[in-house]
Amino acid sequence: MWRNTHQGYGLISIALHWLVALTVAGLFALGLWMVELGYYDPWYRKGPDLHRSIGILLFLVMGFRLIWRWSNPHPVSAGKPLEIKLASIVHVLLYILLFSLMISGYLISTADGRAIDVFNLFSIPALISGFDNQEDIAGLVHQIIAYGLIALVVLHALAALKHHFIDRDRTLKRMLNPSS
Amino acid sequence: MKTRLITSLLLSLAIALPSLATAADYTIDTKGAHAFIQFRIKHLGYSWLSGRFNTFAGSFSYDEANPGASKIEVTIKTASIDSNHAERDKHLRGKDFLEVDKFPEARFVSTAYKQNDDNTAVLSGNLTLHGVTRPVKIAVTQIGHGPDPWGGYRRGFEGTTTLKLADYNIDYDLGPASREVELTLSVEGIRQ
Repeated sequence: MWRNTHQGYGLISIALHWLVALTVAGLFALGLWMVELGYYDPWYRKGPDLHRSIGILLFLVMGFRLIWRWSNPHPVSAGKPLEIKLASIVHVLLYILLFSLMISGYLISTADGRAIDVFNLFSIPALISGFDNQEDIAGLVHQIIAYGLIALVVLHALAALKHHFIDRDRTLKRMLNPSS
Repeated sequence: MKTRLITSLLLSLAIALPSLATAADYTIDTKGAHAFIQFRIKHLGYSWLSGRFNTFAGSFSYDEANPGASKIEVTIKTASIDSNHAERDKHLRGKDFLEVDKFPEARFVSTAYKQNDDNTAVLSGNLTLHGVTRPVKIAVTQIGHGPDPWGGYRRGFEGTTTLKLADYNIDYDLGPASREVELTLSVEGIRQ
């Protein structure tokens, strides 16, 4: 029920998957929208505050997700060997890009040594700061990775739909129904 | 013997009274950071926000006998803007403000220098910023000049001017109180 089996994902993995999916989509949209806001827009400060706070929480969730993934059995994949290989590369890339995205975002906001406030509950201090034009380089990397990640997410989703509608296997279903 | 004495007298005179020299060229001491290009702009109309450009270079010439012939040229790396807040600096370098990718340098080249009887003057010149070149007038005060403790000779000025951001095609709306920015240029030149 909670843990993965070789047949399918447990409730924790499924919940983490969809929580992260929704959060990433939300942060991407928020990010695109907030950088265009005018100075007098009520969201001019709230938007970035929200983006940073949710981003830090996502990092914590992703840390736990990684630990959970490593300490659980991995369901056996359906498909041809090449498809399984490709899927696993895409999954690893999704993790790498998402972590790079969060780290680059962190490096923008902490470039001058300022900490990041998370919903005014706690703050994450700056660890690496003061590189020449750190905020610009981190910003460019953040932007490029964000688009790259979303492109990969689209590929990932299309692949899931292909499994469901063309191959008619359980790949998508097992990310919706926990294995017993 | 006599000629040697005269020569050394003249030499020491030349060293002791360098200010007698005519038109002299000075390099702005950015290496030792005795020069600052600062700006300030009102935030919402409630306070002053200050910042500066960290990287620039320039030189000037100044002739005590003929101050009107003085010239100055300064080139500023726009990406070196520093308002002590990384996220704000990133915004200022971006498309809403300086567009430093497209316009990496700002430049001031003087065209005239009118010195008053006191230590003040009006410096006219062309300022190129954000790809727009416009004439500006800078109110200048000569702060001082003289030998430094390390064998050199220095001369310093401070100038202030006010720019309308819209004149330089910077039209991001910061509010009605924040359409102008004050520039203060503090330069100390080392005579070459």
